[in-house]
Amino acid sequence: MSWTSILADIIGATILFAVPLLLVALGGMFSERSGVINIALEGIMIVGALCSCLTLVGLDKSGFGASHPQLGMFIAILVAAASGAVFSLLLAFASINLRADQTIGGTALNMLAPAFAIVLTWAVQGQGQTTILIPTWTRITQENFGIEKADTFFQNLIFKSFYLTTIVAVILFICAYVLMYKTRFGLRLRSCGEHPQAADSVGINVFKMRYAGVIISGCLGGIGGLAFTVAAGSGFQSSVAGYGFLALAVMIFGNWKPFTILGASLFFALFKIIGSYSDSIPFLPSFESVNSSEYIYLMLPYVVTMIVLILTSKKSRAPKAEGIPYDKGTR
Amino acid sequence: MKNYFKSKGFITVLASVISIVVGLLIGFILLIVFNPAYAVGGLGSIISKGFSSSDKFAKVLYQAAPLIMTGLSVGFAFKTGLFNIGATGQYTVGAFMALVFGIQFQMPWWVCLIAAMIGGAIWGFIPGICKALFNVNEVITSIMFNWLGLFMVNLLLNNMPVMLADHWGASNKDRTAALASANPSAIIPKLGLNELLHSNYMNISIFIAIIIAVVIYIILEKRTFGYELKACGFNKDASIYAGINAKRNIVLSMVISGALAGIGGGIYYLSGTAQYTIVKSLLAMGFNGIPVALLGASSPIGIIFAALFISYIQVGGEALQPEYAKEIIDIIIAVIIYLSAFSLLVKNILGKFIKTDTSNVNAEDKAVTPPEPVPAKPAEVAPTEEKGGNE
Repeated sequence: MSWTSILADIIGATILFAVPLLLVALGGMFSERSGVINIALEGIMIVGALCSCLTLVGLDKSGFGASHPQLGMFIAILVAAASGAVFSLLLAFASINLRADQTIGGTALNMLAPAFAIVLTWAVQGQGQTTILIPTWTRITQENFGIEKADTFFQNLIFKSFYLTTIVAVILFICAYVLMYKTRFGLRLRSCGEHPQAADSVGINVFKMRYAGVIISGCLGGIGGLAFTVAAGSGFQSSVAGYGFLALAVMIFGNWKPFTILGASLFFALFKIIGSYSDSIPFLPSFESVNSSEYIYLMLPYVVTMIVLILTSKKSRAPKAEGIPYDKGTR
Repeated sequence: MKNYFKSKGFITVLASVISIVVGLLIGFILLIVFNPAYAVGGLGSIISKGFSSSDKFAKVLYQAAPLIMTGLSVGFAFKTGLFNIGATGQYTVGAFMALVFGIQFQMPWWVCLIAAMIGGAIWGFIPGICKALFNVNEVITSIMFNWLGLFMVNLLLNNMPVMLADHWGASNKDRTAALASANPSAIIPKLGLNELLHSNYMNISIFIAIIIAVVIYIILEKRTFGYELKACGFNKDASIYAGINAKRNIVLSMVISGALAGIGGGIYYLSGTAQYTIVKSLLAMGFNGIPVALLGASSPIGIIFAALFISYIQVGGEALQPEYAKEIIDIIIAVIIYLSAFSLLVKNILGKFIKTDTSNVNAEDKAVTPPEPVPAKPAEVAPTEEKGGNE
């Protein structure tokens, strides 16, 4: 392999794994800046991935998917967003209306989602069939654009590891930034996470804003679940391998701000990918005397993140009112 | 004061029982939806399987012991205002340390358990020190350390040929050696309990776990040290103002929490029936400590019962296969925890109701000390919850 194609592979794979982290961490940002700790991101991802993968299989069987591949993928993305949003309502109801402990509610949902996914997968696919395979037409191929296959940098980059979710993620990232910082809604949402009493006193409906925050996080989390499943490549197995929790870490690492979250997710994904390409990158040590040296590279992103977190911890600042149920009586 | 505390305990138990009943009901509905023909039998096996034979009962106790430990780990941190989501990493490192001392160094079981405790404590210490000194959120650090612990243990095991099963005559390389062939003295003693219950699973680990739970209860409720830890959890600024060293307490709390999870890992893998398998996914036992702690309302005594209950219905759930996926049990547990989140609200309402009740009685007649029946109740209710499963 030439070095350009390796470089294209590494960049492509980094983006591929950064996309779910970015989407889910942005989702967490909306929820937490409205004042609700969303530890249920892992569960939301699983539900989004489950529903969208079932949709993809359904579209595949009906023949619609093969004839309109990217439209089919778009429908799956919408389903992922909708199912994630519906699932997140459970968190919103418990933590906003009933003022329950947000960590407890989130933990319950994290437990519910994989169990529900396994039970439903069994029910749909038959006993013991725990993997939902993703149809191959979900990939973006050269034929979609009517161009010929060639071994160029950009073709390697785009057609190996880009999906419709990648493009959607870019659009959603821009939307998220604009929504959070350039609209009245964003300002109100943030105020509910900082000082809900003050927000309420100027006529902002704190309950509505927090519901909006959680539902947006549900949409983004659901799409993130689908994005993770296409990135993982082996089909949906009722799990997102802890990416929801990682996204939580990326969100804190990214200081609850969109651009730093983008940086954090790319950073984390890059260090994750370096490990799997360590054989093809000449200047990396290969630890020949050590058995299973892949674990050293698997540990790398976590170690680096820890170091960065310790170095930047003085600047870290969580939304002030997150985790505290809003009680009108405290105004 | 004592009466108030006990009646609060009673309300907590009552709220938990209500959530358990609703959880089981929803589980039953799921059974009907997915396979109506077996639904009644399925519910029956969830409720009664754990007591159906002495072997199953032994399995309940066998799984409950590490669950109590990880539950205590999460619960202890909760009490002191920290969310230790890293119990699974501490559990893994604890298990590793126990096995290294058992297989590599050929130590007796109690040395291995102490090693497990130290391993877990170290894995709790790092997130604690990061929180105390650098104010890094302990949730993110412990998530990182879950994966770091898992990968480090796998890396080390792959480079310690003596640890693996194939060095001791077995054929597989992907797991640690069976203690029975590598070092029988590292197996936790059974004291004849295995013959009493006719089960290989039975050993004294459940008693070790219960004794530790009682010790933790005494530390938290009867000692100044525990009071200081809880004070930091309630209000850090107020406790600093009162002269408590909050930073030291954060670190200590995470160290103790990690040590508890580490012992859990040791207990499970020193039973002689479990071998650590090298896989790239986190161990569920550590995460299951979170629901146990929540269901037990973070109280050490509540955690004992919560762990027994969850282990009990998990044994029942395994009997659901192949008609149903055993994960239906996880759905039931999830529903119970979701409802127990509400129950904080219910508890407040109930609490107000019962509080005014007892205070009225007190006001009417102080000499008779009428609230006696109330404190007696929690002791009654807790066993019936277990007996309820007996039928």
